[in-house]
Amino acid sequence: MSMDRRKFLKVAGISSILGFGASVASARNYAGQKGLVPPQVDANKEALTAKRWAMVVDMSKFKTDEDFTKVISACHTTHNVPDFRNADGSIDRKMEIKWIWTAPYERSFPGQDNKYMSEHMKEMPFMVLCNHCDNPPCVRVCPTKATFKLQDGITMQDMHRCIGCRFCMAACPYGARSFNWTDPRTASNLKADLPNKEYPTRTKGVVEKCTFCSERLQAGKLPACVEAAPAGGILFGDMEDQNSEVRKIVTNTYTIRRKPDLGTGPAVYYVIGGGDHA
Amino acid sequence: MLEKALEGSKKYWAWVFFLGGLAAVGCYFYLQQFMFGLGITGLHRDVTWGLYIGQFTFLVGVAASAVMLVIPYYLHDYKKFAKIVILGEFLAISAVIMCILFIMADMGQPMRVMNILLYPAPNSMVFWDVVVLNGYLFLNLIIGWVTLSSDRKGIAPPKWIKPFIYLSVPWAISIHTVTAFLYAGIPGRHFWLSAILAARFLASAFAGGPSLLIILALIVRKVSKFDPGKEPIQALGKIVAYAMFANVFFLGLEFFTAFYSGIPGHQHPFYYLYAGLDGHSELVPMMWTSSVFAVVSLLMLVVPSIRKNETTLVLACIMLFISLWIDKGFGLIIGGFVPNPFEEVHTYWPTMPETMITIGVWAIGFLVLTFLYKIAVTVREQTVGVEIEH
Repeated sequence: MSMDRRKFLKVAGISSILGFGASVASARNYAGQKGLVPPQVDANKEALTAKRWAMVVDMSKFKTDEDFTKVISACHTTHNVPDFRNADGSIDRKMEIKWIWTAPYERSFPGQDNKYMSEHMKEMPFMVLCNHCDNPPCVRVCPTKATFKLQDGITMQDMHRCIGCRFCMAACPYGARSFNWTDPRTASNLKADLPNKEYPTRTKGVVEKCTFCSERLQAGKLPACVEAAPAGGILFGDMEDQNSEVRKIVTNTYTIRRKPDLGTGPAVYYVIGGGDHA
Repeated sequence: MLEKALEGSKKYWAWVFFLGGLAAVGCYFYLQQFMFGLGITGLHRDVTWGLYIGQFTFLVGVAASAVMLVIPYYLHDYKKFAKIVILGEFLAISAVIMCILFIMADMGQPMRVMNILLYPAPNSMVFWDVVVLNGYLFLNLIIGWVTLSSDRKGIAPPKWIKPFIYLSVPWAISIHTVTAFLYAGIPGRHFWLSAILAARFLASAFAGGPSLLIILALIVRKVSKFDPGKEPIQALGKIVAYAMFANVFFLGLEFFTAFYSGIPGHQHPFYYLYAGLDGHSELVPMMWTSSVFAVVSLLMLVVPSIRKNETTLVLACIMLFISLWIDKGFGLIIGGFVPNPFEEVHTYWPTMPETMITIGVWAIGFLVLTFLYKIAVTVREQTVGVEIEH
């Protein structure tokens, strides 16, 4: 097909207006791959890498309220998670954003309680967060690929591409996603200054969630929650590596996952038993 | 033909300015939402869709219902619909415009909405919904305009429009099927995870849309010299009756599956909507209003003498429309989110700004509808007695 200059400019102009030229090409690069490899100018040699990142939360290691609050605050400080409060200091449920938090056993594992179970067990707090599923419904429904899988199993969230349709929040069976109902910089903890200047701020109208600290992994650091948890409370490693600690625990002890029957393949495993809370 | 929308009586202009005023108020509140964010609505992290998405879902049904006129007229050669098919097609246009506006109103970052086309994700039902809705808008614009222009000149429409008309039939089915697929394929939302959801959507659409058309046709008869005719309205009444029966039956099937299986997760939303759950029964009066209106309007439509009386017919249509609006424009969405994935009940109620934005979008839709109907009615008035050849 021959194309004169005039025709070429016409087509090029129209396709650049529609944004097809670039987007079609970039979409093709990723087609057929299992997950995205983050493009890096120069890969960090100290970066922590894995075939399949996974987490084991050993609830028996969490003994005091402080054990929980330390983890939550480490995560939320690291990622500048806005903290909206009511006038009386309580959490503003209408604006609430959270990446990791606690929920009672009977709420975290619906249908797995029974009427003879002690109130103590039913109310036992569990650390809950994004499960970085093998087959994440949020990724399936996202209309802009703003949420996507990395090759190492992490479910990522691009807060700068997200259009705020909140389909992912409807799709997530774990309630792991939060939405910025207003400018996050108006929250009490972000008003003056960002707690962590190395983590980007975001705009109102986008969804956010736990990213397994992918930015810390690339810098060779473990996730913030893992560091802040009591010894052995949160383990993090490569589930595909037979010698990793997480793999050994999941192979040799009884662990449970949240709603495994939905086929999402959650990568967060829980060990129960022992400790003050059991 | 556009100029016909620009000439009208004082009453016509009063109506236009009334709708324009409501639209302006809606725009004012939308600007506030645009500046502050969606926190201005009653939504929160547990109920993330509400009034806007409910209206969108409901109006996709209204749009799809045009096919209930197209099928009898074009596929079964039911000549009585010749003069009112255009009312269905123009209603579809304004309904799709409202759908698009409600989606835009619901976006957290409306300025980024073109990302849907820049980074197309065919695995997302939203992508397909954008494709089918815009396609349907295009189809109805071109079909409505071309056929009406021909009617005006008293000639048969060009042959090339026929394939578009035939295409519009499966296309109408597709817009509501894809809209149902937004909900029906999500794991963990028990209320929506139902194979019959798309069928339910279509049934309620084919009842709700034509019932609105009956009301509109009677208004047209009152305010203009164009009479849509007694027979076509009666035919529509029968269509509404059949579709409403299917809709009520399908809803009954949902109840059977949830309660005979006894699976708690499937029962919870029904308890929340119809009986109250964990001490929350905010939506119970609304849902029962919907149920009672559904049954009563269905009975009214089934009894021939009530259906044949236009006064009682229109009353049945109003009740039916309200019933379906509550069921699909509100209950369906909220029931999917309550209880939340932790089986906790966190309720939702629209705020004042959210309600005003919603009314504003409806006003814009009715403004478009008014202009389109004004054009159609004027053409019909000028060609009284002329047989239409499609």
